[in-house]
Amino acid sequence: MDFLSNLISGLSLGSIYALIALGYTMVYGIAKMLNFAHGDIIMVGAFAVIVCINTCGLPVWLAAVVSILCCIVLGVLIERIAYKPLRRSAPLTVLITAIGVSYLLQSVAQLVFGSEMHSFPKVISMPTIQIGELTIKGNALVTLVVSAVIMVVLTLFIGKTRMGKAMRAVSEDKDAAELMGINVNKTISVTFAIGSALAAVAGIFYGSTYGFIGPYTGSMPGIKAFVAAVFGGIGSIPGAMLGGLALGIIENLSKAYISTELSDAIVFGVLIIVLLFKPTGLLGKKIKEKV
Amino acid sequence: MKSNKARRKNYITYAIAVGAFAVTMILIFTGNASRHMQSMLVPICINIILAVSLNLVVGILGELSLGHAGFMSVGAYAGCLFSIYMEQMLPAVIRFPLAMLAGGLVAAVFGIIVGIPVLRLKGDYLAIVTLAFGEIIRSIIINLNFTGGAAGLKNTPQDATFISAFVVVLLTLIVVLNLISSKQGRAIMSLRDNAIAAESCGIHIGYYKLMAFVVAAFFAGVAGVIYGHNYSILTAGTFDYNKSIEILVIVVLGGMGSIRGSMIAAIVMTVLPEALRFLSDYRMLIYAVILIVIMLCSASQTVLKLKEQLKAVFFGQKNGKEEI
Amino acid sequence: MMKTMRKTLGIVLAAVLCIACFAGCKKSEGSGGQTLIIGGSGPLTGDNASYGISVKQGAQLAVDEINEAGGVNGIKLQLEFEDDGADPSSAVSAYATLYDEGMKVSLGAVTSAACVAVTEEVKKDGMLMLTPSASQKECTQYDNCFRVCFMDPDQGTYAAQFIADNNVGSKIAVLYDKSNDYSSGIRDNFIAKAQELNLNIVSEQAFTDQSKTDFSVQLQAIKSSGADLLFMPFYYQEAALVITQAASAGMDITYFGVDGMDGIIGQMGEANAELTEGIILLTPFVAASSDENIVAFVEAYEKEYSATPDQFAADAYDAIYTIKAAMEQAGIEDVEDAELNEKLVAAMTEIEVDGVTGKMTWSADGEPTKTAQAVVIKDGVYVEY
Repeated sequence: MDFLSNLISGLSLGSIYALIALGYTMVYGIAKMLNFAHGDIIMVGAFAVIVCINTCGLPVWLAAVVSILCCIVLGVLIERIAYKPLRRSAPLTVLITAIGVSYLLQSVAQLVFGSEMHSFPKVISMPTIQIGELTIKGNALVTLVVSAVIMVVLTLFIGKTRMGKAMRAVSEDKDAAELMGINVNKTISVTFAIGSALAAVAGIFYGSTYGFIGPYTGSMPGIKAFVAAVFGGIGSIPGAMLGGLALGIIENLSKAYISTELSDAIVFGVLIIVLLFKPTGLLGKKIKEKV
Repeated sequence: MKSNKARRKNYITYAIAVGAFAVTMILIFTGNASRHMQSMLVPICINIILAVSLNLVVGILGELSLGHAGFMSVGAYAGCLFSIYMEQMLPAVIRFPLAMLAGGLVAAVFGIIVGIPVLRLKGDYLAIVTLAFGEIIRSIIINLNFTGGAAGLKNTPQDATFISAFVVVLLTLIVVLNLISSKQGRAIMSLRDNAIAAESCGIHIGYYKLMAFVVAAFFAGVAGVIYGHNYSILTAGTFDYNKSIEILVIVVLGGMGSIRGSMIAAIVMTVLPEALRFLSDYRMLIYAVILIVIMLCSASQTVLKLKEQLKAVFFGQKNGKEEI
Repeated sequence: MMKTMRKTLGIVLAAVLCIACFAGCKKSEGSGGQTLIIGGSGPLTGDNASYGISVKQGAQLAVDEINEAGGVNGIKLQLEFEDDGADPSSAVSAYATLYDEGMKVSLGAVTSAACVAVTEEVKKDGMLMLTPSASQKECTQYDNCFRVCFMDPDQGTYAAQFIADNNVGSKIAVLYDKSNDYSSGIRDNFIAKAQELNLNIVSEQAFTDQSKTDFSVQLQAIKSSGADLLFMPFYYQEAALVITQAASAGMDITYFGVDGMDGIIGQMGEANAELTEGIILLTPFVAASSDENIVAFVEAYEKEYSATPDQFAADAYDAIYTIKAAMEQAGIEDVEDAELNEKLVAAMTEIEVDGVTGKMTWSADGEPTKTAQAVVIKDGVYVEY
């Protein structure tokens, strides 16, 4: 019984990671950059909900919409101001800028909201399902379903729509895409808008699952989601989902059966071993090097 | 011709380091160095060693490593434990260099352990594995008893001084600069520029990659030992991925592959957060903004042109020669 | 090209910084009425920022009160508080900055590791150091170092003794933060004492700073062990997460916290108020106490910062009043007194302070003598156990 309930809690933790990793991998896949600030956009999204509900008294659905819009605007703004001028620079320059943006969002959040943890309103409250001794949290189920739906929608969007095709083209070769008449700037902006919207959704689910949000809440889940995205093969959308779930389950099972203290070391150890055998992650594309 | 030029550039780098050291010593002896300034001297040296050694991996080898703090912590713990056990037996003059050697060697061994599997990986995958390695090290150190666990390792003799730290900086510069301009260094750089072409010329990819990794790990370990001997407490929490990122920022800021740049950037990035103290609550905010602005400036065409004009005014030369 | 650009920029920046540094290093000269500068550092940014901010605010409140009442022997107090991000090296730099600004008494650092690093500097200068909140044993390792809070080992021992004496629980589970020195320090001593007293510890679970948001596995194990009391030696921020998750997993268990748990009522908010019912905590400071000292402090703090003071703020507030008492005892009338340090350090063991965290005297080893009080939360307020 313990095993089952640990497995289920692992899935629930994993679905949060997956939700965050989806945004990470989306941006990486198209814009080819590690957006280290992604975790902090989650935090902004969650704070937006808190402000909307507690201060402005908006209904839950409206608060969610406002939060998503806020994050989209923020994401696109960040891309335009901080990342766009660096599109031709070394990837590391962009990485450092992203880290700078991450620090910036954290310190602004601390100046505005203070350093303490704020309790998150109960946006999603699903009843707990009880089967014998087994308790399944309703919220976890919703998170899982939502991340699965988002995964399917994203895959379809990228595979079937015109915009999706443009994204794939940009991801393959920016210059060639431009020559084919694709508006690269617009495509990348749309990518960031989608990525940030996903971050807002992740923020809402994170907040309702754990109940407390502070200015630095986003950084650890951000790193874990980055790990999940790489685990599944960064750039691959089903990979992010798989990586997230796998990470959550491994983390919880190693806590339960090996050591609570060393669970992080074990998670990272498994990651290293997987990458040794599959150097581009579970579902990552193998890139053949051209001579 | 080229090697002469490279040698001259190296001498300029040494001269800058020695000059800065001399000026600082004069300031200290004439009593013009504030306590705050003096407290930053050893951290500056530590950061120079870290940045120069990471530059070997990131700038010269061209691979992204997010685990430099991991090597630093392994070295720090090894060196400090050595000093603690040897405190009664050896005088500081012998103990401290030996501790540095011990810390560096242990870190180098870890460099091999991490380096071998890492050879299969590239780019962001390599980055994540090095990050994972750093976090694993931190987890393990917290869970061990002889490292003091979460409470930290205490009672390390405080052997680190500015002078000894500076000597290590010089040694690091000499080793790294000579390595870069040697045959091995050129082989490592060829891997960065085109690994396939290099391999087809008979350069053993694995060997040279590992060489860069291990040398970098060694010096990171030495930097860790100096860190451990500069403060009376050593905690694993200091060496998390944020520390690795901090070092990476220095390397990128100084210019990838530029050792002199790393040196200057290390000074700037150690002093900057301290110099911003007067901003109190807005310190981190301004720090983040400066970071972003510097990165943006480095890519901005307007700034580049402006700089060229400035250079023309000051040196009266046309910027025709590209730097190598 | 880009490289040279960055280099030039770097050199310019370095030059500017050096100048800024020297400019900032001029000693602040005493002007007219004398001012004694009290310096301290703590995390004002980063994960642990709330601790540093509480200390800063609590200390500032006391300084303002004392100055309004005319200072100490006519000397005004001034608080200078620097950010150290809970990092030892940054704390040493912060100490050096404060030293340059003419600090006469140090509050050390808020967090333990940072404070241990500062003690080494304080030892060189012989200055009185009184840390409000650094609880590790080594924070008071030198003669001129004192503290206001409990030492980690003591808290664990008290807690085990209290549970045994009052029979609070028969099957005890322990959950602690392995990566935090405060938490693991208390846990070690709790376990040692509990074994000595033959307490029945049925489950022991840990977490780390890398994964301190999801406690489902630990709670599942505790639930399966059938424990009726959960000992939680960590801060209220994490405790809030644990308690809400335990509730949603349908656990019915008594929570037992130490001084870091204070603040849980405010953290849980009205929405989760019913979950705090029955939490027992062992703490020297209780914000909801009816003691008039405490009432006045809490009122003033709430007015100034619109927040309820926590343990950190209370300890810092007491630290400033302790410094005042030491100055009065030593008869300090001139801040440039050549023997200021010696006099203040000597006075520390002679004074008795009736602060918001209890009546305190200090022994030469730097530890305060004060007692912890067990309180239980009933209807959203603390009442004596």
